[in-house]
Amino acid sequence: MIEDIELEALINDVYEYYGFDFGSYSRASLKRRVSRVFYLDGFKHFHEFLSKVRTDPDYCKRMIDEITVNVTEMFRDPSFYLVLRNEILPLLGTKPFIRIWHAGCSTGEEVYSMAIMLKELGLLHKSILYATDINAAVLETAKSGIFPLRMIKDYADNYRDSGGQQDFSDYYIANYGFAKFSEELSEKMVFSQHNLVSDTSFNEFDLILCRNVLIYFDNNLQKRVVNLFDDSLAVLGFLALGTKETIKYSISQTKYKQFEREKIWRKIKE
Amino acid sequence: MEENKRIVKDCKVVIIGGSAGSLQALLQILPFIENPISFAIVIVVHRKNSDEQTLEALLALKANIVVKEVEDKVALKSGFIYIAPSNYHLLFERNETLSLDTSEKINYSRPSIDVSFESAAEIYGSSLIGILLSGSNSDGTLGMKAIEQAGGITVVQNPVSAEMSFMPNNAILHSQPDYILKTEEILEFINGINKETT
Repeated sequence: MIEDIELEALINDVYEYYGFDFGSYSRASLKRRVSRVFYLDGFKHFHEFLSKVRTDPDYCKRMIDEITVNVTEMFRDPSFYLVLRNEILPLLGTKPFIRIWHAGCSTGEEVYSMAIMLKELGLLHKSILYATDINAAVLETAKSGIFPLRMIKDYADNYRDSGGQQDFSDYYIANYGFAKFSEELSEKMVFSQHNLVSDTSFNEFDLILCRNVLIYFDNNLQKRVVNLFDDSLAVLGFLALGTKETIKYSISQTKYKQFEREKIWRKIKE
Repeated sequence: MEENKRIVKDCKVVIIGGSAGSLQALLQILPFIENPISFAIVIVVHRKNSDEQTLEALLALKANIVVKEVEDKVALKSGFIYIAPSNYHLLFERNETLSLDTSEKINYSRPSIDVSFESAAEIYGSSLIGILLSGSNSDGTLGMKAIEQAGGITVVQNPVSAEMSFMPNNAILHSQPDYILKTEEILEFINGINKETT
């Protein structure tokens, strides 16, 4: 494992040279991620690694892509998706138009999960799904809608556990170890790079999903990001977080009402 | 119990790892720990992703000590039990909070025992005790080595008393545990932590 002081030197240099600010990331996870790239790329001394990051913008980009966690799955936490399917989306369905933001969408599995549910509820045609991430490489995968076939069995189980009743295999074509999801699903998706640490609100949404992203941030940054979501959420819109995340410490609780025991909050006033 | 090789005092955290067969051991230990405890207990066991809360509910029911729900950045306080949630790695921060991470599985496991043990070793050093229970995977061995190197104390469940001996055996083979104890001796050991020894 690298040393704390080395990690701080890296954070400073990446900010100074490239403007990416990891200063408010949770240190325990970040340190593991940086150590992982350091050893993966065969460095022996930290100063060599640091100098490579400073002098080689392409390498710095690779390093950032590698330290951000990009593990995701379709219909992760089926019970959460069941509530979305049965309760939240039907409420949003009464609106003429549904705008959804997947913040920190990674390779897009949750965006495709959402599109499948919207399609089954007859709402996809009037929806638009914005999907953003800090990492440009994962957005390319997300756009392609191509996921490893070995994961599909788990996804099909999750899909069924989350209330899906169709034949899951109707949504993709399997080939060469990959599953390519139907373009009908991605038609309503817009992908773009967005950094929750430094970028601002860019639209108003009825539903914002940001699941297992805030866990990588310290309390101050969590506060900033939750307020960014607040600025981007219409009144009576919903914010959905990961199963172990909360807005409790980030924003006034008079503005938001938790939806049953789920990690879903409704904005009840401006 | 064998002779104390090192007096266990100033312990802040006891971290317990296990896999297959470890629940049985936990159920023989947790209900009998003398309350209150002057340290925190953190439990990292392999479990199904679909098991969202059942383990917490079961251990909360059986344990003699309050089980705190682990949410992101929860403060780690002595006197309580914390359980690594399913499908997350559990990490330790310098400001004595717990944080979570959904990165790749380690040793086919999330939570991984190695990940949590290594992270705890970094923060708590010699104030940490690591206990590795029954299991049939090699997770935990590197974590035990990390605790050892950071000056903490390591305890392995005696493979003869473990339902699955692979995990404890692997740790015994590749590290130098301070203690190798049967289930009931582990209980006795925990009840002796931070207390005067004769």
